[in-house]
Amino acid sequence: MAQVVLDHVTKVFDDQVMAVDDLTLTVGDGEFIILVGPSGCGKTTALRMLAGLEKVTSGRIAIDGRVINDVSPRDRDIAMVFQNYALYPHMTVFRNLAFGLRQRKVPSREIDRRVHEVSEILGLDELLKRRPAQLSGGQRQRVAMGRALVREPKAFLLDEPLSNLDAKLRVQMRAELKRLHQRLGVTTIYVTHDQVEAMTLGDRIAVLSGGKLQQLGPPQDVYDHPVNVFVAGFIGSPPMNLLRANAVNGRITAGDLQLDIPGLADGDVVVGVRPEMLRPAGDGLPAVPFTVDVVEPLGDEIVVHGTVAGRLAGSGADDQIPATGSGAELATVTARFDPQLRPTVGDRIPLRIRPEAVHVFDARTGEAIR
Amino acid sequence: MTMEAQADRIAWPEEAEAVERPRRRWLPFSPWHLVLFPLALIMLLPLVWMIVTSLETQAESLHFPPVLVPGSLHFGNYPSALRSAPFGRWFLNTFIVTSTVVVSNLLLCSLAGYAFARIRFFGRAATFMLLLATLMVPFQVVMIPTFLIVKKLGLFDSLPALIAPNLVSAFGIFMLRQFFRTLPVELEEAARIDGASRLGVLFKIVLPLSLPALATLAVIQFMWTWNDFLWPLIAVFSQRNFTLQLGLTVFQGSHDVFWPLVMAGNVMSMIPMLVLFFAAQRYFVRGIATTGLKG
Repeated sequence: MAQVVLDHVTKVFDDQVMAVDDLTLTVGDGEFIILVGPSGCGKTTALRMLAGLEKVTSGRIAIDGRVINDVSPRDRDIAMVFQNYALYPHMTVFRNLAFGLRQRKVPSREIDRRVHEVSEILGLDELLKRRPAQLSGGQRQRVAMGRALVREPKAFLLDEPLSNLDAKLRVQMRAELKRLHQRLGVTTIYVTHDQVEAMTLGDRIAVLSGGKLQQLGPPQDVYDHPVNVFVAGFIGSPPMNLLRANAVNGRITAGDLQLDIPGLADGDVVVGVRPEMLRPAGDGLPAVPFTVDVVEPLGDEIVVHGTVAGRLAGSGADDQIPATGSGAELATVTARFDPQLRPTVGDRIPLRIRPEAVHVFDARTGEAIR
Repeated sequence: MTMEAQADRIAWPEEAEAVERPRRRWLPFSPWHLVLFPLALIMLLPLVWMIVTSLETQAESLHFPPVLVPGSLHFGNYPSALRSAPFGRWFLNTFIVTSTVVVSNLLLCSLAGYAFARIRFFGRAATFMLLLATLMVPFQVVMIPTFLIVKKLGLFDSLPALIAPNLVSAFGIFMLRQFFRTLPVELEEAARIDGASRLGVLFKIVLPLSLPALATLAVIQFMWTWNDFLWPLIAVFSQRNFTLQLGLTVFQGSHDVFWPLVMAGNVMSMIPMLVLFFAAQRYFVRGIATTGLKG
């Protein structure tokens, strides 16, 4: 267990591609931290630098106060779980688990003890004599975890460990991972692009984009107070609705939406509203007309896609930014309704928006204003 | 446990393929066999003829048209052949040379191939291109320089003269490099994080996973070395340093070509290769298939 520090770490590939840009991050002893971001945001590169698989272009990486920039992977005392598990195909599960210990010349009785301890924790007892090819995806995943656990390393590095599992197994393993961490309390750095994993697993999450750290904090804080448009659009599923708007004299106008936010400077802004903050309006409340396009009942809630007057703002977090400004002043927004409401396609529903639930960002810089 | 139940329901690829619709057959065998069978016969004919001749009398062996079913089997040709020339010595020489060459090729080509496949060093691409270029130079071109080097080293007319120039081959390095590059790099990274050194990764992870390629290289190298005639002809002079191929040729020329004995010698010289080929065939075929396609 250890404290892991990244201090102004930068990685440039082939003198051209800036993969990680001045990343500074301190992972506390026993903390579970998530690096999250869209593909190509530098999160895996950051993890690989921690593991010693990539050289650091500039900056320092330290574990427990010892700078490890030039320490080889084997001497860093960290363990890594790979996305494709990287189990040694020619070895049995037992030998896969024991490999790291054998390399470190741990006495064989101690190896036996630790392998059996870990295989018990992970329910691998029955599988020790099998080879990776004879295991299911979930079993392989647990062997990969086990291989990291037996080493009793200072820190765990996990690179999208659940992304190759089917949805049901992923939910199971997510809970299992959290339980394991609560039990063992090992410093863990977890890379994912899945913001559900990010929200549920981490003590803190670090949102990355374009190699830069966008925001760092406890998941709920990041969700409630995104510092910029990117984080607002990336964290949350379905994502936050972002509309272009204009502020004049403390009043924001976005299509039919009008909000009074006293003290706001005049200018172009982006307003953001979480889908769950959009509710059908009762009588007499100020409301925005909303036309239902697509209804997705999920059982406990209904996700409704529809249009309101206005123009979308891209956060850069979406895979594709919808074409806007083509004269059509309609913006697609998403709302989450109670399952008792049964909206149908074509319905026009007035939506109520509480001003205190609205995020406002500077349209030029993307930074949060409030 | 639910996860186990989940695992049981996962369909293995073999099952999935088995479910595919069965092809309608208009022959009890694949039509390809109509082409392959005659070809196989043509390939087998010299081998069969050689074996048959080795069991015939001199008269039968000279008869035209060739006698393909001898009147009686003269197994005595084999001991006669062994008596009439130092086959034992030549066999041993060939064995020493070939096994040394094969073992050293497996080791040295692995090391070099791995370096070219995975380690980033200055001039890697240029060195590799140079290595590939040497593959295109025929042996006849480098024959005389090689001879001069071997002579300068004081190795002329000795077994080391046959071994030294063949300890490592550009082909072997190239082939193993290609194969190593197809292995998932994460395995090696995982092993390095687990505490293995570069060499540890090579010997404990990469080589065990490269058995098909290693078997292929071993068989090819064995075949080349065992059957090599030209270099032994140049590099050794005394009969006691002859290899089998060289000996057989001399044997053939020094008598009034007593074909059954020559063929008996040839059959004996082929046996180790046949044994090795059949033993390694499984790997060999897979090795060629994988090394050829994934570059």
